[in-house]
Amino acid sequence: MAEIKNNPLLTPLNLNNPITVQVLGICSALAVTSKLQPALVMGLSVTVIVAFANVIISLIRDTIPNRIRIIVQLVVVATLVTIVSEVLKAYAYDVSLQLSVYVGLIITNCILMGRLEAFAMSNGPWASFLDGIGNGLGYAGILVAVGFVRELFGSGALFGFKIIPQSLYDAGYMNNGLMIMPPMALLLLACIVWYHRSKEKSLQEN
Amino acid sequence: MKALRNLLDKVKPSFEPGGKLSAFQSVFDGFETFLFVPNTTSKTGTHIHDSIDSKRVMSMVVLALIPALLFGMYNVGYQHYLAIGTLPSVSFGEIFLFGFLAVLPKVIVSYLVGLGIEFVVAQWKHEEIQEGYLVSGMLIPLILPVECPLWIMSIAIAFAVIFAKEVFGGTGRNIFNVALITRAFLFFAYPSMMSGDNVWVKTGSVFGIGEGQLVDGFTGATPLGQLMTTSTGEAHLTGITGNALSAWDMVVGLIPGSIGETSVIAIALGAILLLATGIASWKIMASVFVGGSLTALMFNAIGTTPSMLLPWYEHILLGGFAFGAVFMATDPVTSARTENGKYIFGLLLGFMAVVIRVLNPGYPEGMMLAILLLNLFAPLIDYVVVQKNITRRLNRAKVTNDKK
Repeated sequence: MAEIKNNPLLTPLNLNNPITVQVLGICSALAVTSKLQPALVMGLSVTVIVAFANVIISLIRDTIPNRIRIIVQLVVVATLVTIVSEVLKAYAYDVSLQLSVYVGLIITNCILMGRLEAFAMSNGPWASFLDGIGNGLGYAGILVAVGFVRELFGSGALFGFKIIPQSLYDAGYMNNGLMIMPPMALLLLACIVWYHRSKEKSLQEN
Repeated sequence: MKALRNLLDKVKPSFEPGGKLSAFQSVFDGFETFLFVPNTTSKTGTHIHDSIDSKRVMSMVVLALIPALLFGMYNVGYQHYLAIGTLPSVSFGEIFLFGFLAVLPKVIVSYLVGLGIEFVVAQWKHEEIQEGYLVSGMLIPLILPVECPLWIMSIAIAFAVIFAKEVFGGTGRNIFNVALITRAFLFFAYPSMMSGDNVWVKTGSVFGIGEGQLVDGFTGATPLGQLMTTSTGEAHLTGITGNALSAWDMVVGLIPGSIGETSVIAIALGAILLLATGIASWKIMASVFVGGSLTALMFNAIGTTPSMLLPWYEHILLGGFAFGAVFMATDPVTSARTENGKYIFGLLLGFMAVVIRVLNPGYPEGMMLAILLLNLFAPLIDYVVVQKNITRRLNRAKVTNDKK
């Protein structure tokens, strides 16, 4: 844990990745990654929300009565989620339609409560901010990786632009329908975890 | 035979550790034990020694699949010439040749891809090559529609062998039937190649053989597919040229469907071999048929839709029911192992297959999903049966102790 305190920004990207190591926030990772664009927007939204929620909770951590701390955290997160949701509706309406309820459901994203409880409640605002950014980006990175594979093989496109040429379709190539479905996202996630553990021996369990 | 043995003995040293081809030791070992019974036996762990090892078991299942394969080839040719309207003018040989040429590439590609992955993995982990794929490789072409492209099939096989088998530790450790995972992958990833009306009959030519125009009134839907599209009343099932199908046609199997699944006679020949050699469990096989029939009868009694009204014997004759019951439900690795568990496993499997067929409008055939579902529940069934036995015997022990 000492290492995490030493570098709150970088460890969540790799050795303490919220998805592949803490295994949090899986539901949203399956739900929004069938296309790259919503995956990216979702990742960035979560990054912003975790970072600012961390800062706010860290600033008021000494004044929160211990018994109602979860409620206070929820109020802070809900406020931020509502702001992000309104911003998305105003400036990126199409994406907010694609993300539908999942922006609202960021409130229930385990990564948020996890970071608030585990980090912001016991660390200063600057470290908490870095921790929030790190975890958000660690989450976004995995989402983008999964979204990349799923959109490329499931729809033959990236960010909505056709990547796989028409000539290949004419020759008999077909999009893989399973890639659009959540089960394949779970398998891709499993492959990422598999690869990650094989690279980082310290993560392997006996 | 002797010459072969001598040849193997001559090249063996170069495959042993230190030899110049030692990197391919698994491959050599695989071939050697495939051809000859090895003269070593397991030394550790609990083993039941028998005169038959798993390679022989696998070979026997492949042998049992041969009638279904040959008939499937014939049927592919038969349906093709029926579709182009020249059936009366072609000979038996031509029909079979067409089907042979259409099916053979699937069998070859299936073995190449699957065994290729097995060989690489075995070599990589320095293990013996596992023989489980011998059966899967034959099952996979038989449960696919004839028009399924080879490249799609290869992707599905690679997916199934890696994710359904190798990640679980290889042959004997897989939770799901590998051949059915292949089919399920295809079914969900490339639905247009696995269902609908256009994939069950080879309408084009193969290697330039069998050119022709489709006859008027051609329809490529399988009987179960037709059942799904009939809206009310009893369905009138027809062959591809609109001829009505009798129950006898369904037994013989000259109807559109996956390559190996149509003929109940060919499957029965395989079943006899499997049961006579004791490789497949008659308990599972029988209870699948009983479970399916009872469920179909139940639906007949309350039924209103065409699928509900389909007679029970047609339910077990059509589609992959018989094939799945004989060759896939009885897979010793993925089915229930306790003797009483086998009955439960089979009954539930037959029940689920018919329920999925009848009640789910999205899936005309429920056998694949029913077997995969029951594969998942097999360990639970075994657990319950074993626990029940333990409780029963504990109670008996208590009674005896109390008497003392």
